[in-house]
Amino acid sequence: MSVDSSDGPLAAVRRPFEGPNTMGNSPAFWLGLAVAVAVLAAMPVLFGLYAAEVGAVFLAYALLGMSLAFIWGYCGILSFGQVAFFGVAGYAFGIVAINVATLTGLTVALIASIAVSTVFAAALGYFMFYGGVRDVYVTILTLVVALVLYTFMGQTAGGEWAVGDARLGGFNGMSGVPDLAVGVGSTGVEIGLLGHYYVTLGALVATYLGLRALVNSQFGYAMVATREDEDRTAMFGYDTTFIKLVVFTIGGAIAGLGGVLFTTQNNYVDPSVFGITAAALPVVWASVGGRTSLLGTVGAALAIQFVDYRLALSGSEWALVLIGSLLVIVVLLMPEGVAPRLHEYVLEYREDADPSPVPREPPAATEEVSD
Amino acid sequence: MAGAGLLNFGFEFVEIFAFIVLATVGLAVIFGMMGIINLAHGEFILVGAYATTFAFAAGAPLPLAMLTGVVLTAVYGLVLERLIIRHLYGRLLDSMVVTWGISLVMIQLTRIVFGNTAPGIGIPFGQLPIVDGPVYYLVLAVVAVGVLGGLYALFMWTDFGIRARATMQDEATARSMGVDTDRMYMSTFAVGSGLAGLAGALYAPVMTITPEYGTGFLIEAFVAVVVGGASVLVGTVLASGLLGTVNAAVTNVAGTFMGQVAMLIAAIVAIRLMPDGITGLLADWRENRGEGQ
Repeated sequence: MSVDSSDGPLAAVRRPFEGPNTMGNSPAFWLGLAVAVAVLAAMPVLFGLYAAEVGAVFLAYALLGMSLAFIWGYCGILSFGQVAFFGVAGYAFGIVAINVATLTGLTVALIASIAVSTVFAAALGYFMFYGGVRDVYVTILTLVVALVLYTFMGQTAGGEWAVGDARLGGFNGMSGVPDLAVGVGSTGVEIGLLGHYYVTLGALVATYLGLRALVNSQFGYAMVATREDEDRTAMFGYDTTFIKLVVFTIGGAIAGLGGVLFTTQNNYVDPSVFGITAAALPVVWASVGGRTSLLGTVGAALAIQFVDYRLALSGSEWALVLIGSLLVIVVLLMPEGVAPRLHEYVLEYREDADPSPVPREPPAATEEVSD
Repeated sequence: MAGAGLLNFGFEFVEIFAFIVLATVGLAVIFGMMGIINLAHGEFILVGAYATTFAFAAGAPLPLAMLTGVVLTAVYGLVLERLIIRHLYGRLLDSMVVTWGISLVMIQLTRIVFGNTAPGIGIPFGQLPIVDGPVYYLVLAVVAVGVLGGLYALFMWTDFGIRARATMQDEATARSMGVDTDRMYMSTFAVGSGLAGLAGALYAPVMTITPEYGTGFLIEAFVAVVVGGASVLVGTVLASGLLGTVNAAVTNVAGTFMGQVAMLIAAIVAIRLMPDGITGLLADWRENRGEGQ
């Protein structure tokens, strides 16, 4: 393999995705990532269709986790309500898709649902950031939004709560949501079970690479500066309020994408996506995996949800106890999360092994949370 | 008829005001004093409710059962503070995340240990004449006002209150003046926990007790704390008054659900206009007036 030469043609491809704001800028990292993606892609082949069905849900969750890692880890906006965008997009897709279940209709539903969650995030973000709401208050407000949606959707059981043919269904949820499909008129593809898995995996990888490029761009530097010291960044002439709004909106869009993929996989959505337990999960993934590492959060989401699923299968009720305890222990012992800690070990190991005076990568900033 | 309508509105207001005050005050004490939003607040309330209902089922008279609930929750808060929370002072967002983890564990443990239901307690004191509602809600309102008065006395008139407020204002100076700030945090957390337990105990006869019992208090408590701002007593009273009025007025006309919606809209508008809460606005206003003179 020629990936080892940093001057090779691959280096030029890699460049936009690398920089001081992301961990893992070495050829070895990219090789590892390629292997991991290949393993995920091989899952349905190795374990059958059922693995694809379950796996797609985990991958959709990973998108949700990544949306939180992006806004919290890179811009310091701790949102406890990412599930609000996740769920709203799911409901929006259901409403449009049930009413117009044609290829065109489903394509419109996909676009519309992500648009709805994006606009929702933009409106909420505009309201909060331009209203001067900060820090803890943002966190609480986003959580309250999710809880209110939970209460609201829970009381929509009556027949009057319907949009066209789509009944919201209260706590019973909205069932009969069609599969994902893309096309216009009669030309297009309906995405089946296996296809859905690969679409979700593709969306996850594409989002990951896109976010990496973004956080290593000029805008990414401004984001991180806003996280580190908002007042100082504003003094340098950056419009930090606008930066936060843009970041929050992108986060909402990604969560919405996850929500659509989640809903179309299950063909079903109910108010529990907004519930306090669901709202806690992204926070758990990002805290445990490490919020400054997009990949760490994805890994934590996949691992934790897999364990949760296995425990539920075996009839155990202890999954939530385990997840909650894990969260407490990790934040107490390893406040920055697992992936950043591992990254530091790798750097130390490399430094020991290689005595040449290579400038050491600055360790990812970890102290912003106590602000 | 207008008289009866007004009476209904008054009763509605008293009921909602008491609920918001009691749901909020424990959270507000901990937030105001330490800046920590305790995401496990609902589960502290849960501890109070379970202790009360099981003490009552074991034969204790209701007031004693409720006292058990308060004391147990305070002790529980104390233990948690020593074991976990005290490592998180100065790490505000971390403390929120950790308390959320505690909340998840507690809800699920409650479900595993006690199942999905708990023995109920009948509503004491019977029904009111004229308006439609139990006398017990008026008792709750009296208790709510009593709690606010008691807190005022505790923080303004006692030695403990002065030390606690000194710690809140300037920890380093307070410590250099000989205040054991560590102990102040510990006892304040216990007081806040006890108040959460009180809410759980008082509402045990009114609400169905399930492992998600505490979640039913969260929206009101969080909204009132955010609208109220950092000052514990003034913020809680004003926020509860504002939200309670809006909620009661709309509930009276359009039903419980619309009342809640109206309250949330009022809260959102209030936060938009006063990002630091009502008490933040008051502080600004006071400052401006000081400059004018």
